[in-house]
Amino acid sequence: MNQYLLIESRDCFESKDVEYCYDLAKDLASSGNKVTLYLIQNGVLPTRRTSMINGRLSDLAKSHVDVYADDFSLRERAIPSSALADGIRVSNIDTLVDLLMSDGTKAIWH
Amino acid sequence: MGKNLTMLVMDAPYESANSTTALRIVQSALHKGHNVHVFAYEGAVTLTLKSQQPHANPAKGTTAEQEQHPTTKDWIKALFEMSKGNGAKLEWTNCGLCVDERGPAEWIDGPKRGGPPEFARSVIASDTTLVVPTKRNC
Repeated sequence: MNQYLLIESRDCFESKDVEYCYDLAKDLASSGNKVTLYLIQNGVLPTRRTSMINGRLSDLAKSHVDVYADDFSLRERAIPSSALADGIRVSNIDTLVDLLMSDGTKAIWH
Repeated sequence: MGKNLTMLVMDAPYESANSTTALRIVQSALHKGHNVHVFAYEGAVTLTLKSQQPHANPAKGTTAEQEQHPTTKDWIKALFEMSKGNGAKLEWTNCGLCVDERGPAEWIDGPKRGGPPEFARSVIASDTTLVVPTKRNC
């Protein structure tokens, strides 16, 4: 089993590539890999329960993808943890570094 | 035991949040005792430019001191000092061709000049590599 860390820094309304990143996370997880999707910068905007796209992220969490939202990015955008869609967990840069430095992790920034 | 992280950054200061995030990652990794080698390409070679200055804000009528304007060169300088304190090593390589094209060759103490061969060697020697590219929408 490989370990993948996908770091998504963009909002899905900023770049259509974002949905491909979500698809990649789901495909990697369904192939038996350990996958973390770390949302940072504008990447945290779709985490809001009221976002049109939040169902995609909750679906990923149900599909065995660990979905994290960066606390600093959330605060910058005035998104409280209570506003997050189901399955999304608040995380921080130290956790991101731990994930990045885990043995065998393949990291992709988008 | 600390591991080795290679990072490649490409954004010029104040272009995007990528620079801030990259420096946050470097800070956290050094704090955890990991060695970090940053490669600055394209506009990122100006992150360490020595002549960066904080400025006042005429629109608000505030002074430079009141603004507390952060500069990337001061942040990176602080990261170098932090690495001296905890044993983790920070290396910073500015792409020589990118510097020649843009002209910002006066840096703070710490960064070196290099290029793709150094990047390749660092990637091979590292436990992890993270490339933070510029944003191009499509």
